[in-house]
Amino acid sequence: MQRGDPGVHRGGRSQSPGAGAGGGSRGGRKDANSALLSNYETLKYISKTPCRHQSPEIVREFLTAMKNHKLTKAEKLQLLNHRPMTAVEIQLMVEESEERLTEEQIEALLHTVTSILPAGPEAEQKANTSDDVTMDEEDPA
Amino acid sequence: MFVLVEMVDTVRIPPWQFERKLNDSIAEELNKKLANKVVYNVGLCICLFDITKLEDAYVFPGDGASHTKVHFRYVVFHPFLDEILIGKIKGCSPEGVHVSLGFFDDILIPPESLQQPAKFDEAEQVWVWEYETEEGAHDLYMDTGEELRFRVVDESFVDTSPTGPSSAEAASSSEELPRKEAPYTLVGSICEPGLGLLSWWTSS
Repeated sequence: MQRGDPGVHRGGRSQSPGAGAGGGSRGGRKDANSALLSNYETLKYISKTPCRHQSPEIVREFLTAMKNHKLTKAEKLQLLNHRPMTAVEIQLMVEESEERLTEEQIEALLHTVTSILPAGPEAEQKANTSDDVTMDEEDPA
Repeated sequence: MFVLVEMVDTVRIPPWQFERKLNDSIAEELNKKLANKVVYNVGLCICLFDITKLEDAYVFPGDGASHTKVHFRYVVFHPFLDEILIGKIKGCSPEGVHVSLGFFDDILIPPESLQQPAKFDEAEQVWVWEYETEEGAHDLYMDTGEELRFRVVDESFVDTSPTGPSSAEAASSSEELPRKEAPYTLVGSICEPGLGLLSWWTSS
C-alpha cells in the first residue's frame, strides 16, 4: 500500500468547495423551482378533467365493459380521459363511428361511459349548488 | 396524452448526500435533470415514474462523487396523432389561435384549420367563426381564456442544442439576438363538428 503525498491532498481540500457547491445549488434551485411549477400546472390541469376521481378498479371495470364494443386502445384511452357525454364527442374520438357503430351502440356506449366513470369536478359543482338551494329552502321552514 | 418512456442514464451523487438513501438521491437528481425539459423526439418530461434497475455505483479517481447507471421510467407528455385535447385559448394572432394546456404552451391552430368560414377581427385581435344558420350569420368569437377542444394534427421537434464556435463568430458580427425557438410545438385543428370552444357544443 502506498501512502499518497499529504501535501497534494491538503491542497485539494483547500480549493473552497463551498463556492462550487453554492453555484451548483443555485442553478439547481432554479431548475427545481421550474420543475415544481410545471408539476403543479400538470396536476392542476388533470384535476379539472373527469379523470380526477378514477381509480385502478374503475379503469379495470370500464375496460372489461368495453371489450365487446371492439374499440382500439387509443379510442378507449380517449374515452377514459374525456368521459364524453354526447354523440358528437363519441364521433370525434371513435374513428369512422358511422360505419362501425349503429345509433343504439353509440347510446349504449354513452350509457356505459357515464355510468362507470365518475363525473368531473364541474358536474360535482352543479350538484353542490343545487343541494345548497334546497338547504336554503328548508332552513326558514 | 402521457406516455411512460424507458430511459438509461448515469447519475452523479455528490459525497455530501451519501447519508441519504441512494434511491431518494437518484430520484431527486433525475427529477432535477429532466422535469419540465423537452427531450428531442421524445416529448416534454413531467416527472419520474419509477426506477427499474440500479447498477453498481462507481467512484472515479479525482471525483469524490458516486456514479450510478440507472434504468428508469419517466412520465412524458407526448400526445399521439389525432388525439383530442382540451386547452385554454392563450391569444389570437394573424398566424392563428394559440392554445395552452397550463403546463404546455406551444400549441398553434393555423387559420386554415379553424371552423370555416373564419375571419380575423383586426380591431379586437381575435378570430371569429361566421356561423351561418337560417336566421342569418352568427359571429362566434374565440376569446382569450375560453376552453376549447382540438385535435392534434402535427408535432415538430427542434434541436435547440448550442451551436459550435464557428457559427457564434458569424452571429456576433451582426447585432441580432439569438432567436428562441420552442423545442416542441404542436399543430392543432378544430375543423370538425364537436371541435372548438366547449360552449359552442354544449346543449343547455
